[in-house]
Amino acid sequence: VNAVAAPPVALGALAPVLIVIGTAVAVLLLDLIPSRGKAHLAIAALAGLVAALFTTIAAWGGTVRAFRDMVVLDNYALFFHVVVCYAAALVVLLSVDYLRRAGAESGEYYALVLLSSSGMLLLAAANDLIVVFLAIELMSLSLYVLSGLFKRRREAGEASMKYFLLGVFASAFLLYGIALVYGATGATNFDRVAAAVAAQPRDPLLVAGLALILVGFGFKISSVPFHMWAPDVYEGAPSSVTALIATGSKAAVFAALIRFVVAGVRPAQPDWTALLWVLAVLTMTVGNVVAIAQGNLKRMLAYSSIAHVGYMLVGVVAGGAAGAGAVLFYLLAYTFTTAGTFGTITLCERAGVEAVQVGDYAGLGRRHPTLALALALFLLSLVGIPPLAGFVGKFYLFGAAVRAGFVGLAVIAVLNSAVAAYYYLRVIVAMYMQEPEGAPIVLAPSFAGGLALTIAVVGVVLLGVMPAPFADLAQAAVAPLLR
Amino acid sequence: MSAPIGILTLVTFLPAAGALVLLLVPRRAETALRAGGLAVALATFALSVPLHLRFDVASADYQFEEFAAWIPSLGIGYHVGIDGISLLLVLLTTFLTPIALASAWHAIEDRTKEFVAVMLVLETGMLGVFVSLDLFLFYVFWEAMLIPMYLVIGVWGGGHRIYAAVKFVLYTMVGSVLMLVAILALYYQHGAAIGTYTFDLPTVARWVIPPGRSQTLMFLAFALAFAIKVPLFPLHTWLPDAHVEAPTAGSIILAGVLLKMGTYGFLRFCLPLFPDASLVFGPLMFALAVIGIVYGAWVSTVQPDLKKLVAYSSVSHLGFVMLGIFTLNVQGLVGGVLQMVNHGISTGALFLMVGMIYERRHTRLIAQFGGLWKVVPAFSALFLVVVLSSLGLPGLNGFVGEFLILVGAFQVDRVLAAIATTGIIFAAVYLLWMYQRVVFGEVTHEENRRLLDLTPREWALVVPLVLLIVWIGVYPTTFTAPTQATLEALIMQVQTKAGVLATAASVP
Repeated sequence: VNAVAAPPVALGALAPVLIVIGTAVAVLLLDLIPSRGKAHLAIAALAGLVAALFTTIAAWGGTVRAFRDMVVLDNYALFFHVVVCYAAALVVLLSVDYLRRAGAESGEYYALVLLSSSGMLLLAAANDLIVVFLAIELMSLSLYVLSGLFKRRREAGEASMKYFLLGVFASAFLLYGIALVYGATGATNFDRVAAAVAAQPRDPLLVAGLALILVGFGFKISSVPFHMWAPDVYEGAPSSVTALIATGSKAAVFAALIRFVVAGVRPAQPDWTALLWVLAVLTMTVGNVVAIAQGNLKRMLAYSSIAHVGYMLVGVVAGGAAGAGAVLFYLLAYTFTTAGTFGTITLCERAGVEAVQVGDYAGLGRRHPTLALALALFLLSLVGIPPLAGFVGKFYLFGAAVRAGFVGLAVIAVLNSAVAAYYYLRVIVAMYMQEPEGAPIVLAPSFAGGLALTIAVVGVVLLGVMPAPFADLAQAAVAPLLR
Repeated sequence: MSAPIGILTLVTFLPAAGALVLLLVPRRAETALRAGGLAVALATFALSVPLHLRFDVASADYQFEEFAAWIPSLGIGYHVGIDGISLLLVLLTTFLTPIALASAWHAIEDRTKEFVAVMLVLETGMLGVFVSLDLFLFYVFWEAMLIPMYLVIGVWGGGHRIYAAVKFVLYTMVGSVLMLVAILALYYQHGAAIGTYTFDLPTVARWVIPPGRSQTLMFLAFALAFAIKVPLFPLHTWLPDAHVEAPTAGSIILAGVLLKMGTYGFLRFCLPLFPDASLVFGPLMFALAVIGIVYGAWVSTVQPDLKKLVAYSSVSHLGFVMLGIFTLNVQGLVGGVLQMVNHGISTGALFLMVGMIYERRHTRLIAQFGGLWKVVPAFSALFLVVVLSSLGLPGLNGFVGEFLILVGAFQVDRVLAAIATTGIIFAAVYLLWMYQRVVFGEVTHEENRRLLDLTPREWALVVPLVLLIVWIGVYPTTFTAPTQATLEALIMQVQTKAGVLATAASVP
């Protein structure tokens, strides 16, 4: 009826993404100039992330839609932009000295971190299943490479290979789900899918498509039963990359997941609520129970992060502004805490190799009291001890569940936190209550790493003591979804 | 509502602030660290004394209240205030902490800096629990103080300290996380019924929760958290481990203050918030308390280890407190609250003195001692006073509390009260028998001949405790007066809420 108008190109909606991609290219070019070290590349990467962060903060409050609503830069996306920028910046800071010590310093590393981050940023702003797919691939392909960075180690090859194969597998599920949804609704845009779902919530083709999409997301956030890759990848990847996988990538996929289930398929709520309920219980219980048996700290944290995904799914199940807002706050808290935990690992060595066994940390409290205190704070935040970020996050999550009437789920979740206390405390036991056998743990001094840990500690304490402003931001962020 | 920073906030946070300052002191200056920690704890005590002097005993309201918005969107506020019950417990805490710190003067030489800091943070946590009038704030303090206690047991404890510390944390965690769900459920139910969503305790307590399943479940969740802390039989198994492994200072705080957090929780939360459920489960609590009294006493009798004996005696004594609380009459409750203070002082003193001979002999086995009177007469004499106070000799503090509790209990259930009374007799058996084996007779072990009697520092630690023991025994009104109005109001509240006709409760 109307003449087809050329779509307006509003690059403003992609500003943070473009800044980060641009920085990635700049880093690659800078790397061509011969120089002694690679620290300047890290500084360039950091500058790009900080610029993206400032762009994000400046854009707060407005909503920009672009590319026929395929990308929406609203408060919701901006909140995740902040989380991703923080996570990526902490990872860059942690990497500088860590990579030099490991002899794996390279310009591509920073470029890949930035490219992966740009995928995460795009994912948070995606309002279309096709963009979701593109963004996930952009993010994941870089991460597959990064996790195999220590190529001389056998675990690194295993991690990279496993992550790649299973990740591609998950992408296939996702894509197939998208195809089915498109077949059922004729659209990939969240808004139009929502309208179609409202018209026909029980269309078998649609339900099958939604289920497959959930499977794809489930792989990426490592929820049970799609979590098998996580422990091996977390163990084999460099700890700084593990931190990125555990924080930024998880946050970004959650961004898409929540936007999809809350804004996209809300009319089919009872169906996916029941499904997610089961996923949440399985995820947190399996994660926590298996974590108890781990002697390797990185594997333990992998299982613990699976459990934390379960807690966040509790918020998704609770739904509404309270549930979604709680997940956002939790992701922010979790990012600081987890980046800090893995960051501590990058600074610790024993007998010349990275200290990854829980037993390696024996005596850390005596030898390096400040570092031990920081790690203890991160772990206690993961347990959920007040007044630290993790506690407030759990409080919001479980509060949302109780509010929505899922008291049973909240009870399962809090009992899980009590189980989790056992294995987190084991690290504290090692640090403060045991003496090392053989070579003691040593601290690899690093200014950048110290700075990253300081930021993380401030975040963990601030979010715990003064949560109100941040929780309000999270609430403001989810408001656009629920209109 | 008073000035932004009131006296309660100062008292509560002074120890933690002191701990932060002490972190700046170099690690090697151990004496300065010890003295600094002690000074902070003493200053806190000095600051808390005016709370009692300026306390209006005629009023049942919260006093020294302070309020500030914290997370306004959820109705969470920084709301503190004390009534007669919390007044006594705050004073008990500020009184025992300097003693505990000073008791570790020579006993703790490893990582002094951390020890002093952790003890001071622990004090802030405990005080916070007693002054919080906001459910969220209360929970924050309740959980937060777990960690310093865990560290005190786990870092500075005995041979099986790690096992004991982890057991302590896990036991307490399981109970308290369920309480968190109950707090949330209460918040949303109150909000849905009244229209204002708030964690403010006085506001929530004004609401009459309809009786039924949800009230029962919430009561059980709160009660489980508190019963583990008390500890009520059969949830007491963490206690002997924790006590035996903890250093003396830790045991003093654990027995003196921490266990009171459980009984305090029953008084502050379970009774006023869930009156119907409290009445329904009252008989069960009553029965468990009596079982605890008798069981604790019997098990104490056969302990070969002094510390374990005192630990099990705590199970018995806390049983009396629970008995008093669930009589739900004035005598029982006043006695129960006083007994909380008494147990803190007497058992704190017992642990302190056991710690003193442990420092000299590095054993706590009763069989290793004997004839101490001839070697260390001053120690033995003071130990006798403490032992007699713990077993409830008239004229000393324990008698007053236990007597009131039993008077209250006899009005509720004569048979159970009679059984509980045997607990006092068994207390005399295990304590006097222990005292006899340790102090009387001939010196059986050569090592004991060279023991030194009390040092001036130790005199200074024990004498204040003994003075209080006598003070409460002779003139308990100083300590019961502030609680009377509060407890009468509490009983009124429970009975009006539960819709039970107020049974004429006579005031002693």
